[in-house]
Amino acid sequence: MTDQAHIEGWGRIPGPGVERFGENLDRLSEQPTLFRGLGRSYGDSSLPAASKPDVVNTTLADRVLAWDADTGVLRAEAGLSLYTMNRVFLPQGWFTPVSPGTQFVTLGGMVASDVHGKNHHVAGCFGQHVRALRMRVADGRVLEVTPTQHEDLFWATVGGMGWTGAILEVEVQLRAVSSPWIHQTTERVDNLADLVARLKEVSREWPMTMSWIDCLKRGKHMGRGIVYYGDWAKAEDAPAKFPPWSREITMPIDAPSWALNPLSMGLFNFGVYNSHVPKTKSGLVSPETFYYPLDMVRRWNRAYGLAGFTQYQCVIPDTAGIAAVVRFMEALTATGAASFLCVMKDCGPQGQGLLSFPMPGTSIAVDIPVKKDTAAIVAKLNALVIGVGGRIYLTKDRFTTPADFRAMEPRLDAFLEVRHRWDPERRFRSAQSVRMLGDPDLPGAA
Amino acid sequence: MNVLFLGATRGMGRALARQMAARGDQLYLLGRDEDQLARSAADLAARGKAGAPGVGMCDLGDPTTFEPAIAEASAALGGLDCVVVTAGLFGTQDALEDDLDRAYTLLQVNFAGTVVFCEHARRALMAKGGGTLCVFSSVAGDRGRKPVGIYGASKAGLSAYLEALDHRYRADGLVTVCVKPGFVKTGMTAGLKPPPFAGEPEPVARRVLKAIDRGTPMIYAPFMWRWVMFVIKLLPRFVMRKVGF
Repeated sequence: MTDQAHIEGWGRIPGPGVERFGENLDRLSEQPTLFRGLGRSYGDSSLPAASKPDVVNTTLADRVLAWDADTGVLRAEAGLSLYTMNRVFLPQGWFTPVSPGTQFVTLGGMVASDVHGKNHHVAGCFGQHVRALRMRVADGRVLEVTPTQHEDLFWATVGGMGWTGAILEVEVQLRAVSSPWIHQTTERVDNLADLVARLKEVSREWPMTMSWIDCLKRGKHMGRGIVYYGDWAKAEDAPAKFPPWSREITMPIDAPSWALNPLSMGLFNFGVYNSHVPKTKSGLVSPETFYYPLDMVRRWNRAYGLAGFTQYQCVIPDTAGIAAVVRFMEALTATGAASFLCVMKDCGPQGQGLLSFPMPGTSIAVDIPVKKDTAAIVAKLNALVIGVGGRIYLTKDRFTTPADFRAMEPRLDAFLEVRHRWDPERRFRSAQSVRMLGDPDLPGAA
Repeated sequence: MNVLFLGATRGMGRALARQMAARGDQLYLLGRDEDQLARSAADLAARGKAGAPGVGMCDLGDPTTFEPAIAEASAALGGLDCVVVTAGLFGTQDALEDDLDRAYTLLQVNFAGTVVFCEHARRALMAKGGGTLCVFSSVAGDRGRKPVGIYGASKAGLSAYLEALDHRYRADGLVTVCVKPGFVKTGMTAGLKPPPFAGEPEPVARRVLKAIDRGTPMIYAPFMWRWVMFVIKLLPRFVMRKVGF
């Protein structure tokens, strides 16, 4: 064990904990322990409970165990990163069926968060493409868990934040791509209602869509932004050469606390929006440019300084209409808490993961630098989300209260029932499950 | 290049084997855990260009396994161009002082076992006119130091042997590459506090691969450790008695 007494998620709010590294996950999971991958969840999802402050870091367990280049079925240890998968399999014509906005995630983490991506409206979440999991469960057994074998455990583990057991291996169906290039179109839209409508429109025609919006702007240009959509380029339209992998730079230091202020963020947003000329642009881009623009700056989370940040991500259901999205954005911009990055995406049908985040509606994600009133702001936004029947994304959360979580999650009891069946003592727990589900966390308790 | 690899399942060996497989080298893996060998072979098959590596059982703690394992590998590969040894044991000085049986085993494996394995590998390579023998020693063997007394001694002996091997047989076609890693973040060092200049396995492996291709007799990896050890070797004894490293 290292003598570092604290670890942190991507939002950099630390909690007590020590990471144990190793190549053999079977051995490391002999005692039920929370697993953690690359630590990209923003809040306390990958932080251990204070009473059992060790967490297994899976990143050294990164072997491909079976790969069929004809069918695209991959089986690998849970610590294999999407970064590596892209480099190994994209040149062979295969890509992850669902990609989040960063490639610095592990297979185990993608299952535990049941990640979604730009193709959610056509492909669903990652878990939908998972064929099997090899898991350590609370009674010590190692089991093969699939949509037909221990089905309850499978769908509770997909999106289950590590609260049902430890994921040792993942078998997933990759997706064949027509070329390693993406044909992308971007459109500038100057107000929120038009942007949400345009997002819905392009989603009917295109398999990959998202939008970036300026969430500092108020008034009639509130929610102005840029809509991105695209598809894998057809082989005959794509260049013969493989797209270059980006050169990465590292954010070398923590930004001082004054660096992000309304003026600097406003200037940034103004620049991004107004430099997008003409109004509509189209062309071939690399998957990295399309999917992972932020990955080019390693450790960009330092931009928010030492106080850290949280990301608020919620989905406003379609049933509430565009008006609800507008009301939410009004409330968000009124708090003045939002920073420059705000991402909006229309989601498709809800998946089978018992706690999976997406539902048909508009997903909104925004970074909020931590200040004294952050919890109050999150509570205020949660009230709006609960009011329209939406929900938040656990992977990003650090501030939602148990009462709010219960109010937005009618599926919670079904999840807890399965969890109770497999882990009655709630031995697989995290700082987040202690906070959200009230798992026992007495100091010194086993 | 046909490469016989002892220790490819973990750490720096895993990273080096992946880079070799990715460029099309034909690998054969030796180790003492059948399941781990099978998993690594599958990994290298998926990442590599040369199909699935063969695997065979070999244990540095059991010299009777050396000759048959090398012979079988050589036959399967159709001759050897290179033998890589990254396997070895590690223990902190405190742990080894507390458990002398473990210390004895470590000394046996890291020194006696590895040297005798290298002798068999040398014969196999020279029987077909030469080749490269790349063995992982450690910076811990460069100077007697408080935190790595016993482990360091095993590696000091190994480094001396590898240097002599290079002097004795280079003219006959045997290229010896002695790798001295500094602190590298792997499963072996998991739980230890990384010092300044701690490295990652991938860049270390890239550096080692270059040394194998060029026939460099001895390298430090990461590079910075060359200067770290240069300074440590110059420190007088009264200083070494005071400092903790």
